[in-house]
Amino acid sequence: MNNVYIYIGIMFLVTFLIRVIPLTLIRKKIKNVTLRSFLYYVPYVTLAVMTFPAIIEATGSMWSGIAALIMGVILAYFNVSLLGVAVSCCAVVFVLELFI
Amino acid sequence: MIILSSKQWYKKGLHDGIPIALGYFAVAFALGIAAKRAGLTAIQTFLATLLTNASAGGYAGFLVIEENEPYINMALTIFVVNIRYLLMSCALSQKFSPKTSIGHRLLVGFDITDEIFGISMAVKGTLNPCYNYGAMTVSIPCWATGAALGVIMGDVLPASIVSALGVGLFGMFLAIIIPPARKNKVIAGVIITSFILSFAFSKIPYLCTLSEGTRVIILTVAIALAAAILFPVKEEETDE
Repeated sequence: MNNVYIYIGIMFLVTFLIRVIPLTLIRKKIKNVTLRSFLYYVPYVTLAVMTFPAIIEATGSMWSGIAALIMGVILAYFNVSLLGVAVSCCAVVFVLELFI
Repeated sequence: MIILSSKQWYKKGLHDGIPIALGYFAVAFALGIAAKRAGLTAIQTFLATLLTNASAGGYAGFLVIEENEPYINMALTIFVVNIRYLLMSCALSQKFSPKTSIGHRLLVGFDITDEIFGISMAVKGTLNPCYNYGAMTVSIPCWATGAALGVIMGDVLPASIVSALGVGLFGMFLAIIIPPARKNKVIAGVIITSFILSFAFSKIPYLCTLSEGTRVIILTVAIALAAAILFPVKEEETDE
């Protein structure tokens, strides 16, 4: 078993460096189009991969997870706030699992 | 244009940070449940979330801990999952007065999150670091406390509520990625491709033995790179 505090230290260090290095060193814009585009697409892929299929495996029943996914996509599509979407997903799972 | 003092900027940041802090509290609670699953105590979770302030990064990090992967995987996973902060950090650097000291840059950089980046870029003209300090003052404690409470309450709450709260984080991820997809067909395609390949990787024999963290790294690099080559974005769009 690896040491949890070393894991946390690495999490902190890498996150911190990513956030401060450009802000402190790079004062000019990145010119390379492919690199800029890559960085632009990264958050969408990362979050999508982490969300699915994990969302349907996170709940007691697969069906409640699927319902949460559909609910989340629809509400987010209509620009409901972060908190609103998160709470609604939770509510759908809670209500459905009362019946399943 | 009205010139605000640093104190006024700080107050403005506090004010704008309140809705963010409330959202963080709820989402961090769900993150705490993931931390608990990974075997972290409330204090370890408090420390981890206080130091990182990253939902996706925190979640991915806890997955690495849960699967007891090598330290290098932690560094790689955190790097890939948080790589968007590099871009945000670049954008924020353009928003500061060139005279802004390195101390301010380090402090503001410490808490570049999706939401705080969003409100910082929405400020008209030059960004005063005190604005960020205001937003950080309300949001960071809510984030870390919410996560620690998630660890503690995860035990006390019935399984049905824990199961329900577990999807809260994914709901927030959807709220970040779906609205831009509505306006941009390429982003929509990228997200759908990510969903399909992620699902395939979790089911296909051999590939499904990869840890979730490794899957995130491989798919992120592959899909984002393919999208960058096939659909390079114009300069203005990446500044969002």
